[in-house]
Amino acid sequence: MSDFTNDFWSVYIAVITVVSMIACGVLLFTFSSTSGSGAQGETTGHTWDEDLSERNSPLPRWWMWLFYITILFSLIYLVLYPGLGTYKGTFGWSSKGQFETEQKDAAAQYGPIFDKYLQQDLKAVAADPDARAIGRRLFLNYCSQCHGSDAGGGRGFPNLRDDVWLYGGDPETIKTSIRDGRIGMMPAIGAAVGGPDDIKDVANYVRSLSGLTHDNAQAERGKLKFAGICAACHGADGKGKPELHSANLTDKDWLYGSSEATIIETITKGRAGQMPAHKQFLDDGKIHLLAAYVYGLSNPPQK
Amino acid sequence: MSEQSTYNYKVVRQFSIMTVVWGIVGMLVGVIIAAQLIWPDLNFGPWLTYGRLRPLHTNAVIFAFGGCALFATSYYAVQRTSHARLFSDGLAAFTFWGWQLIIVLAAVTLPLGITSGKEYAELEWPIDILITLVWVSYAIVFFGTIMKRKIPHIYVANWFFGAFILTVAVLHLVNSAAIPVSLTKSYSAYAGVQDAMIQWWYGHNAVGFFLTAGFLGIMYYFIPKQAGRPVYSYRLSVVHFWALIFTYMWAGPHHLHYTALPDWAQSIGMLFSLILLAPSWGGMINGMMTLSGAWHKLRDDPILKFLVTSLSFYGMSTFEGPMMSIKTVNALSHYTDWTIGHVHSGALGWVAMVSIGAIYYLIPRLFGRTEMHSVKLINVHFWISTIGVVLYISALWIAGVMQGLMWRAVNADGTLTYSFAEAVKATYPYHMVRLLGGSIFFIGMLIMAYNVWKTIAGQRAVDDAKIPAVTLAHA
Repeated sequence: MSDFTNDFWSVYIAVITVVSMIACGVLLFTFSSTSGSGAQGETTGHTWDEDLSERNSPLPRWWMWLFYITILFSLIYLVLYPGLGTYKGTFGWSSKGQFETEQKDAAAQYGPIFDKYLQQDLKAVAADPDARAIGRRLFLNYCSQCHGSDAGGGRGFPNLRDDVWLYGGDPETIKTSIRDGRIGMMPAIGAAVGGPDDIKDVANYVRSLSGLTHDNAQAERGKLKFAGICAACHGADGKGKPELHSANLTDKDWLYGSSEATIIETITKGRAGQMPAHKQFLDDGKIHLLAAYVYGLSNPPQK
Repeated sequence: MSEQSTYNYKVVRQFSIMTVVWGIVGMLVGVIIAAQLIWPDLNFGPWLTYGRLRPLHTNAVIFAFGGCALFATSYYAVQRTSHARLFSDGLAAFTFWGWQLIIVLAAVTLPLGITSGKEYAELEWPIDILITLVWVSYAIVFFGTIMKRKIPHIYVANWFFGAFILTVAVLHLVNSAAIPVSLTKSYSAYAGVQDAMIQWWYGHNAVGFFLTAGFLGIMYYFIPKQAGRPVYSYRLSVVHFWALIFTYMWAGPHHLHYTALPDWAQSIGMLFSLILLAPSWGGMINGMMTLSGAWHKLRDDPILKFLVTSLSFYGMSTFEGPMMSIKTVNALSHYTDWTIGHVHSGALGWVAMVSIGAIYYLIPRLFGRTEMHSVKLINVHFWISTIGVVLYISALWIAGVMQGLMWRAVNADGTLTYSFAEAVKATYPYHMVRLLGGSIFFIGMLIMAYNVWKTIAGQRAVDDAKIPAVTLAHA
């Protein structure tokens, strides 16, 4: 066992543990006599603070035996289970072993259910009501914390029910997003745009793209800045470039918000979004079902 | 009259009054955070959010309320059972003002977010140093008084107070060891699983010594006094004292079941927790059986009701604790509200009720009266407290077991039956009952404050309690 740097510590732990337990028993035995002043009313003869005194009744037998039993139980437990240093116990139990056994049993019991779907095309799985029910349960446990239990998303967390996809909404791409995660990045380009007024101009232009109220003069000035800086990623028309996963600025969908102040903040400070990779704790079968469920949210099966 | 022929009641009086004050403050914060769990809109600020008020609540009830109760009772009992005035009036006064300063500093720094991040040891290093100074002074005053005692035998309550003072000093010094990076920030001297183990060695012994051994000291003085009966069994005192203080030291790992802590350490923690059952119950039996021949006094003495009921809760939670330390049970109970219920059956049922009983005993004696302003109100307080505790702990038992079962429930396909948020939603009604129970207990404290105020208003403080001449029974 790697937690002992050498055998001495293992022996040290084993000896001190057993001696300590036995010492409890010896202490108990030493005082367990029923003789002496058990008689009613008789005290030890010491008096404190005018009227404090003690009787010396024998230890209650049931209590004494309870104490002995816990000690005996502990000594037996230490033979059966790990406890005495590196000694593994006759049962060979370990918490890691228990975990692995439970994982193996679960894989054997539930594996076939997931394997069946893994063989099927994602669109077929998305159309299967049983598969969708499993997918929904997985979604509620692994995805709803960020995307919401209705998958409607929230500030910084994409809505998964609409047709707006930064990385693509086809089944295989969704599966890749779940398995490997995504890192979304809008750089902080405030300095490149210029001073606060320049940034405000660009923000007004961005708002004009999706028909939101804006100041015409400011938007007009912002347009030039946009063409020189923002268009590189968001495109000259502001519709975004799928290959760069940049946001479409002309639609009604805003991941962080569309108010002038929020857009100014986005330009000034940038945004960093992260969808964590799930491959380390979800196997392929579960990711397959999740991807099918998420695909089905925006592509309901035809009735 | 010479100073040395009287007891020092001043410091006892100061700590007794502050026990009531901090009890109200600490429990009010508890009520607020219980409400925040139901209505998240009650989180204000960053300063008054749950994450910052929760450590304020635990520090206020354990160290401010419980601490003041321990100082008051131990200073009173050690003088009266040693037939000697406190070793040093000056140092005793320093412990009072120092301890109050520490409490105020905690109340300021914790809402500001200044914390070491160690549960029940959140205060940052400058405050830790102040705690050390006060604690060493406390030890000098306490053991100095024992040294000058006029009675050869050391009374059993003082064994427990002494063990509590010594052990808390060791726990505090070891667990609070840290490397400061600024006046308000430090990092633990330990890393990884060692840090976790030292933290819970500290954490569980804070329960074992601060909240158990110290309060057993209270029990051993005030129950025989109030009942007017001798302690049941000297030899039971001996066995359960040594077994309790020895065994508690080993029990910490049960807080780290199924974690990175090695299996052998988890096993040893669980086994010594089981062995701890009998030594813990030894204290309960000794207190309960002290009443034999005096059970009738329970009918009309509400102070005795407080003291004896506290022992029942002590017995209950010290049975529950070993049971929860069993790995299989812990796999269900850990991280659920059951743990919080368990802590409060100890903290409200045992610690608070035994302290309240002791304070009701002390206040009239410290202010020259024979009894509290209203014995009837003590009785009202007793029933209110009992109902409050029972509501609180039963709600969290049910909530905890429900959460544990919901978290582990799986469907036929192996997926979890409930999402985490569903378990949170299912817990709301129980959190309402818990808030109700806590609020009721809190109202009891307000009744106590009123009763204490009416008892001491216009009274002259007693500063001339004479130390009686020692008569050695069988010298």
